[in-house]
Amino acid sequence: MADEVILLDFWLSPFGSRIRIALAEKGIKYEYIEEDLRKNKSSLLLQMNPVHKKIPVLIHNGKPIAESLIAVQYIDEVWNDKSPLLPSDPYERSHARFWADYVDKKIYEVGRKLYTKKGEEQEAGKKELIEVFKLLEQELGDKTYFGGDKLGFVDIAFIPFYTWFKTYETFGNINIEKECPKILSWAKRCIKIESVSKSLPDQDKVYDFIVEIRKKLGIE
Amino acid sequence: MTTNQEEVKLLGATGSPFVCRVQIALKLKEIEYKFVEENLVNKSELLLKYNPIYKKVPVFVHNDKPIIESLVILEYIDEIWKQNPILPSDPYQRSLARFWSKFIDDKIVLASSKSVFTIDEKEREKHIEESTEALQILENELKGKFFGGEEINFVDIAAVFIAFWIPLVQDIADLQLFTDEKFPKLYNWSQEFLNHPVVKQNLPPRDPLFAFFKARYDGLLAASK
Repeated sequence: MADEVILLDFWLSPFGSRIRIALAEKGIKYEYIEEDLRKNKSSLLLQMNPVHKKIPVLIHNGKPIAESLIAVQYIDEVWNDKSPLLPSDPYERSHARFWADYVDKKIYEVGRKLYTKKGEEQEAGKKELIEVFKLLEQELGDKTYFGGDKLGFVDIAFIPFYTWFKTYETFGNINIEKECPKILSWAKRCIKIESVSKSLPDQDKVYDFIVEIRKKLGIE
Repeated sequence: MTTNQEEVKLLGATGSPFVCRVQIALKLKEIEYKFVEENLVNKSELLLKYNPIYKKVPVFVHNDKPIIESLVILEYIDEIWKQNPILPSDPYQRSLARFWSKFIDDKIVLASSKSVFTIDEKEREKHIEESTEALQILENELKGKFFGGEEINFVDIAAVFIAFWIPLVQDIADLQLFTDEKFPKLYNWSQEFLNHPVVKQNLPPRDPLFAFFKARYDGLLAASK
């Protein structure tokens, strides 16, 4: 039976990007369905993710998998014949899960403060984001990728946020390259990989979209 | 099945629902381990060394290698010790187990705690509403005796917080958040779960824990006056 793989996603979403990268790494053909988050939620989305009503949702032979990191692990387990995304050693795997979870908990929400808040809240957000990046920089160490010499789970979890750096830097008035040069060089290595570069939105498009959002929210 | 006790250590605190999850999993697989009770007010050097990022328990140490975050620890334990598996072998079922455990962590644990430990009435109402909604979703999801079917699994273990901690803290605030009228299936599940032979012997003593939370609650009330 031919595999039917669908990704319900929104071009901007760093979470959706993770799944796109994973699918590309494994060479899996899939149908991409764009869910326009500015419009009412589609019946497909509500049917496939009734609990959170959010993208991305991976649909494999009619069965939905929500939550990007869970979907990436699923992809790795089902298509286990090539390009492993998680390490084979259980301890290394738990290490990767921990750091991917750390990225998940810390970056999006904290980063959001930089372009939606002002004053003290924004300052606190800036400080926290830099701390998070510095910790990740420490974890990366001298490795080429978080996954070692190949792209791995943590790389996939983190790299989509690279397209948000311009947004964070402009609104947050921070210089990520200056604060965390290793993170920048890591990111540049990642985007040289085809499965990554073709899965990520353009940094300027992300920035323009956020400018629009801020206008709508009335943030000056 | 029995291992050299020195190789397997669990840094924990009696009363932590996250530590409890790990203890249940270890007991289910009959793994011998050394439990190190941590003083969370005065954290040990060992804890700070093994978990410098969050400085929290549980920390699971296997052959001197630390693993943190309870759900990550559960996956590790399941991968190393294959007897009495807690995660399904089918990838889709595994993704569902991971989804629901994450749901419990993201949507129920904090919201339900804040339903009790929040002074501002409007804020508290908001948390109660969130918790109720989340519990209802879980209620609708429960199909069998346990989330794992006939046997307890990853999700059941993650949900120990709902079975033991929510009833305990809601009593303190006289809150009727989790009741058998509101969530008959989930309530029934909680009774079956708490009576499971492995779970039963790994729950913390209720009275001292109640006293601990009551003191926190009273302290909160006093500070707001």
